[in-house]
Amino acid sequence: MADEVKKRPKIIPKQIPMPEQDPIERGKNFNEVALGFTEEQALAEAQRCLGCLKPPCVRGCPVEVPIKDFIILMQEKDFIGAANKIKEKSMLPAVCGRVCPQEDQCEKVCVVGKKFDPVSIGRLERFVADYERQSGTKSKVEMASSTGKKVAIVGSGPSGVTAAGDLAKMGHNVTIFEALHKPGGVLIYGIPEFRLPKSIVASEIDGLKDMGVEIKTNAVIGKLYTVDELMDDFDAVFIGTGAGLPVFMGIEGENLNGVYSANEFLTRTNLMKAYDFPEFDTPIKIGGRVVVIGGGNVAMDSVRTALRLGAKEASIVYRRSHEELPARAEEVHHAKEEGIKFEMLTGPIKIIDNGEGWVKAIECMRMELVEPDDSGRRRPIPIEGSEFQIDCDIVIMAIGTNANPLVPQSTSDLELNKRGYILASEETGATSRPGIFAGGDIVTGSATVILAMGAGRKAANAIHKYLVGEEDEELSGNGDNPVS
Amino acid sequence: MAKILEKRKVRPDVYFFRLSTPEIAKKAKAGQFIILILHEHGERIPISLADINPEDGSVSIMFMTVGKTSTEMATFEVGDEIADVVGPLGNPSHVKNFGKVVLVGGGFGVAPLYPIAKALKAAGNEIVTVMGARNADLLLYEEEMAATSDKVLVTTDDGSKGIKGVVTLALEDELKAGVDLVLAVGAAIMMKFVAKTTEPYNVKTIVSLNPIMVDGTGMCGACRVSIGGETKFGCTDGPEFDGHLVDWDLLMSRQRMYLKEEKEAMERYSCNCVPIS
Repeated sequence: MADEVKKRPKIIPKQIPMPEQDPIERGKNFNEVALGFTEEQALAEAQRCLGCLKPPCVRGCPVEVPIKDFIILMQEKDFIGAANKIKEKSMLPAVCGRVCPQEDQCEKVCVVGKKFDPVSIGRLERFVADYERQSGTKSKVEMASSTGKKVAIVGSGPSGVTAAGDLAKMGHNVTIFEALHKPGGVLIYGIPEFRLPKSIVASEIDGLKDMGVEIKTNAVIGKLYTVDELMDDFDAVFIGTGAGLPVFMGIEGENLNGVYSANEFLTRTNLMKAYDFPEFDTPIKIGGRVVVIGGGNVAMDSVRTALRLGAKEASIVYRRSHEELPARAEEVHHAKEEGIKFEMLTGPIKIIDNGEGWVKAIECMRMELVEPDDSGRRRPIPIEGSEFQIDCDIVIMAIGTNANPLVPQSTSDLELNKRGYILASEETGATSRPGIFAGGDIVTGSATVILAMGAGRKAANAIHKYLVGEEDEELSGNGDNPVS
Repeated sequence: MAKILEKRKVRPDVYFFRLSTPEIAKKAKAGQFIILILHEHGERIPISLADINPEDGSVSIMFMTVGKTSTEMATFEVGDEIADVVGPLGNPSHVKNFGKVVLVGGGFGVAPLYPIAKALKAAGNEIVTVMGARNADLLLYEEEMAATSDKVLVTTDDGSKGIKGVVTLALEDELKAGVDLVLAVGAAIMMKFVAKTTEPYNVKTIVSLNPIMVDGTGMCGACRVSIGGETKFGCTDGPEFDGHLVDWDLLMSRQRMYLKEEKEAMERYSCNCVPIS
């Protein structure tokens, strides 16, 4: 690697730890777990960055946040400058700094990480975004002059918001249609308050409104309007509806009272604020013992939410082993600190009725891992005769989602794959219909916030080209637009 | 936001609202529902449409004050705004010329039959409406149903009006005479018995299910129902299903999931009932 290590003090080998709420205390509240760096801590961590000439971290980021540049600005204590630098590429820095799987992306390829702990890029991004928000200064967004073109965005989750922000900057007139009564998609209904405060999401969404993006809530596309109808009124449409439809296992007892999909459990808690029932009208059931099936981020969010709602015991049941847990390492670590139980190599086979239509227990089998399956992970198979029961009151299924059919099925001539997801180019989001683009979970199936943002970014660029054409683009001087 | 254009107290415990929802009114079809949220702290409540008026941009609902939200909603007056109204949701009723259709409704559940009756009538069907209540005072929407039906059969438990007995009694007489389709809307228990009554006659019976919902767009799965042994979502697969295939006991059990919380919310509301503006 030709990266030159500049003259600087010796690198601190370990990351600066970020202050967190006490694990026992935080298990009783919905406040944010990680408290964020102080200015001194942020500066010390920023000093660990080498400022590589060809920074691999930037290429490790799905939206190519100018990581090196913003950290160098931090080293110079120009935190607002750093925030503006990030916003050239990301609409949601305060969100990404909190929920991105940095260990698999930017931090994974950090040069410092070859010898020591990688630079805590996510925490620095979070610090800068929080600093800017708390300072009350609004970063100036460079807006291109109006193109007179109208773009409809279906869904206000990470992909839709990113596409909307980029397209607005490019001078297009953007309207977002959101099915729920609050914008933000999974950032609002899915990811819990203790991991991503909703006020932060609201503030990042407000940034979009400041840019002139119109957000229509309570607008279910596929019902109130079809995409075909949107195509009559808009010059292009981006579909970013997310995956949506919760998957159940198809085991006996799954419709008993006390069995939730993670989507329902989290929506009641996060979007509808059931944790504050009866102050808020939406109720939620919580019992002494809660079992969550699954090992991803959604499973961790659900089990930690259950704990905070007052479960005496909250467990993860996962059919593979610790090593295969798909959740972010930090979430698993936090869950363990909070006292969440992990039943690994365990697969549910049926949910048992208490005789009155409610969950009494879940019957499981122990699993062992054999040769890898198509996903490259070792395949779990049940061990004969290992059946056992876990007594519980609530079971939460966090085993993924399927494509929500509302938009795909109500749009004519839109090609879908055999699982009902929209077929779209990975590079441009272009679908089988000219002018209709798609990205995020409705194309890829369940993935991460940042990957959806990356898809929104690519689609925005492609939509821009589609709307103004290559030639016009050069004429209008948008060819080197910083966001393209 | 949806402004209340008209409010009628149709019974001491039942209210009729006409809401200004121009976009929804343009798209809504018979058999669909909306979800509404009263205010910032409100829950999402699915309600069937009792009328659809694209001309004046309104949809109507009828609701009974059973819990906290419906009781609070009854305090809203003409000109007040309901914070959020989403729709139209669910699939519209299948409308074509079936021949002779019997519509069955109980109590305030008759209201959603009205737009369905209008649509089926316009498609050329012969419409017989069977509507029941405990007594004559509790009957609703008689005029409206009479206007869209070829025949209205009223039943009351106490015999104070029409046929003494329950709706299935009147339905059975019609079945004997020959019916092409039965469609029932109302309490689960009523729909269950309608389906049981039609089964021996082998008459296709559509029921409009009302499970608990949250988002109403297929995202949460709270509204799981079992149809012919298969799990379906009330919101996106329904709300109408083949009544002969519904697992009624499951539906009714799931409808009772939050009884305790509903009671708690109601008691708390009754104690410090502050009408919200």
